Amino acid sequence: MATIKLDNIKKSFGKTDVIHGVDIDIEDGEFIVIVGPSGCGKSTLLRMVAGLETVTSGEILIDGVQVNGVEPMDRDIAMVFQNYALYPHMSVEENMAYGLKIAKTPKAEITERVAEAARMLQLEPYLKRKPRELSGGQRQRVAMGRAIVRKPKVFLFDEPLSNLDAKLRVQMRLEIKELQSRLGITALYVTHDQVEAMTLADRMVVMNAGEADQIGAPLEVYSNPQTEFVAGFIGSPATNFLDASTIPNAPASAARIGIRPEHITLAPAGQGRLSGEVIFTEALGAETLVHLRLSGGTETFTIRQDGALPLPAPGDAVAVDWEDDAMMAFSEGGRRV
Amino acid sequence: MEKRVTFKGWLLPMCLLMPQIIITAVFFFYPAGQAIYQSLFIPDPFGLSMQWVGLGNFEYLLGDSYYRASFVTTAVFSILVTVTSMGFALYLAVLADRLIKGSGIYRTLLIWPYAVAPAVAGVLWLFMFNTRVGVVSWYLGLLGYDWNHVLNEAEAMGLVVVASSWGRVSYNFLFFLAGLQAIPKSVIEAAAIDGARFWTRFRTIVFPLLSPTTFFLLVVNIVYAFFETFGVIHTITSGGPQQATTILVYKVFSDGFVSQDLGSSAAQSVILLVIVGALTIVQFKFIERRVHY
Amino acid sequence: MARIPDEGMVEKRGIGHYFTHVGLIFGVLIIFFPIWLAFVASTVTQSDIIRPPMPLWPGDQFLTNYSKALTSGINAPVALMLMNSLIMAMGIALGKILISLLSAFAIVYFKFPGRRLFFWLIFLTLMLPVEVRIVPTYEVVAGFGMLNSYSGLIFPLIASATATFLFRQFFMTVPDELAEAARVDGARPMRFFWDILLPMSRTNIAALFVILFIYGWNQYLWPLLITTDPSMNTIVMGIKQMFPSGDDFADWPVIMATSILAMLPPVVVVVSMQRLFIRGLVDSEK
Repeated sequence: MATIKLDNIKKSFGKTDVIHGVDIDIEDGEFIVIVGPSGCGKSTLLRMVAGLETVTSGEILIDGVQVNGVEPMDRDIAMVFQNYALYPHMSVEENMAYGLKIAKTPKAEITERVAEAARMLQLEPYLKRKPRELSGGQRQRVAMGRAIVRKPKVFLFDEPLSNLDAKLRVQMRLEIKELQSRLGITALYVTHDQVEAMTLADRMVVMNAGEADQIGAPLEVYSNPQTEFVAGFIGSPATNFLDASTIPNAPASAARIGIRPEHITLAPAGQGRLSGEVIFTEALGAETLVHLRLSGGTETFTIRQDGALPLPAPGDAVAVDWEDDAMMAFSEGGRRV
Repeated sequence: MEKRVTFKGWLLPMCLLMPQIIITAVFFFYPAGQAIYQSLFIPDPFGLSMQWVGLGNFEYLLGDSYYRASFVTTAVFSILVTVTSMGFALYLAVLADRLIKGSGIYRTLLIWPYAVAPAVAGVLWLFMFNTRVGVVSWYLGLLGYDWNHVLNEAEAMGLVVVASSWGRVSYNFLFFLAGLQAIPKSVIEAAAIDGARFWTRFRTIVFPLLSPTTFFLLVVNIVYAFFETFGVIHTITSGGPQQATTILVYKVFSDGFVSQDLGSSAAQSVILLVIVGALTIVQFKFIERRVHY
Repeated sequence: MARIPDEGMVEKRGIGHYFTHVGLIFGVLIIFFPIWLAFVASTVTQSDIIRPPMPLWPGDQFLTNYSKALTSGINAPVALMLMNSLIMAMGIALGKILISLLSAFAIVYFKFPGRRLFFWLIFLTLMLPVEVRIVPTYEVVAGFGMLNSYSGLIFPLIASATATFLFRQFFMTVPDELAEAARVDGARPMRFFWDILLPMSRTNIAALFVILFIYGWNQYLWPLLITTDPSMNTIVMGIKQMFPSGDDFADWPVIMATSILAMLPPVVVVVSMQRLFIRGLVDSEK
């Protein structure tokens, strides 16, 4: 169990800077999810914490100890890889025991720890099998087991669920969360999936082009995004953005205004703040998404409303309305104002 | 083409490379360098000193009618070996591919001549065609044909070609069969529905689709005929009669070790080196294409 | 490979089917005839052979001829030559696999100055068979006093990089994450090599072994040059030495018994490890 501190971490590959100075303070036992689009540097950040990638400048501290030059094995971490990285020629049991064997842990203790992890992950019937004889979900569990048996200070997860199908992903998500809170081990988890981020994280880090745009509890990030990027990236369907100049009584300092689809209501034509035309609707049962084109605009504008409300038809002329405090105002540079 | 994970340090990788580097340097680069170096000299009649002649050895070789004849011999020999072994292998592979079951049995029966050394193959064929005790030559005699490869140049060439092709059939058969089995059956069935009979289908569909395999085998077999048939020639004809079967590799050996003409032998090595280099480049070019194919 | 039975195939039934087998059996017979004849010759007496035509069915001299060949031979007992060939073939196959594994590991998994240079130097050796550089190589081996020795037989033939190239290709396909996982698990480079990379290369190693064993066993020119002492002869080159130089009749039954013995080990290897052999063949030509 440990705290992790990233202090002004930078990384460049040759002349390309990929991470421009990231600061994160992680508390003991916390579950931190780093989320962002591909290429934002989130995996690189994780691999630097693991010691698989060197740090160009800045400091990484685990439990207050600077680990920049420390080999992965001496950082007391365990990592779960995207494609599991199970050793194909070893059985499930051997895969889980390998790290302990290298660390010269006594045999009896290895057996005991592997058995315990296998019980926790319901892998007991598969201990003698090779990875290729397992399903995707089982392999995922073995990868988790390999991390657990080492009783590390820190768990690192690099998009561990992205190779699973949707149903299994939901199930494994729950298992990971449950396991982490039971063991109380600090976890750093990288994903591009915002649902995973929202559901798993104690706090999430939203990364954009090598910077940590916002760090905070999921709901806080959702309801109070600090940058235009965060407002657009977190939430589905995505936030609608409009030029402040097109909106009556927008805050004076704002360049752009973001409004979440669920904060917008349809109004009869001629009323409301703006008018537009329905392009198409998606009735999902509990809710309905209405996509419009605003008069004078070209982008689509999405409204999410209760499924019980009447469904407009494509081509209908409508108007939209919202509360004043639903407007999130952003500066020219994308910062929240 | 680089691994993301690289281990640190230079001492360990150097140690790991050392055995290969030492062996290659001593037994490969140094001798190859020597061959080039020696090709520029001739030894004096007493073998005491070397005299610089520049490209003289090469000029001499290219003007030497024996060497030019050896070039022609090699070309004829390589083409005959390639055509014979590939032709027979293709015939067998096409038949085996037609079988639904049992092609595996024929494969097992046909692959093992590959394991027979060219020199041993030479002895087997020499035995069959031996002028005094050979079974085949005896029956040929009954038919009124007087077989004597010891004196007849064409017969000698024929014998080394057949003996060299024999083991090679296995190799070519394996590749042809794999190539044929990789052709989608639906293509052939479509052609059959279009009314093409077996021979038409083979000519217009199968053979063109097989061309990557064919081309690959062509290069590989030429390389084989150039360099690996020494054993066959040495056991059956020793290059004779009248140098009728002296291929280039055999000449390097006989000039270098039998006649002790080191300068000329070295120059011949260098020429061979250029030929192998060219063939290798052709092969790699082709493989590159095959990767993108 | 699952193939659709009968009705899906074109023209593979009835008469055509029959002719296919006839054609194949004809081919197999042609391929087999020289070996059969050699076998027959190794089971009859010398006088059966020198009065042509020789019989086409085995005689009763099997034990006599083979034991004569194995124990006394003509210049050296064939048993000794078999031993020499075995040592040479194993030495070449194992030696080449060993040095290639190590150097391919170094080239693929380490970054060090001169890596590219080493790679190209090794690559260059792919181009030159030993036949092309025999005279200078002979001088080197003679200079080291390695004529008539196993090391003289083995080392020059492992001085090429085909196997290194093959292992390099294979290592490139091993996912990066495995090495990373091993690092996180605490494995240092050699531990990773030994515990992970080597076991994963098992099939490739075995396939290559088959090919290299045959390559080594079947060497002719090189042993011919450097083993002047009959007790160091390998069997493949030793056969030719059994022929008398003058006009005498060769001792055909013993020579043919020796030929059969010479082809037996590689044939057994190929046939019993057919799958690995074919894989090795395809790999090494890629």
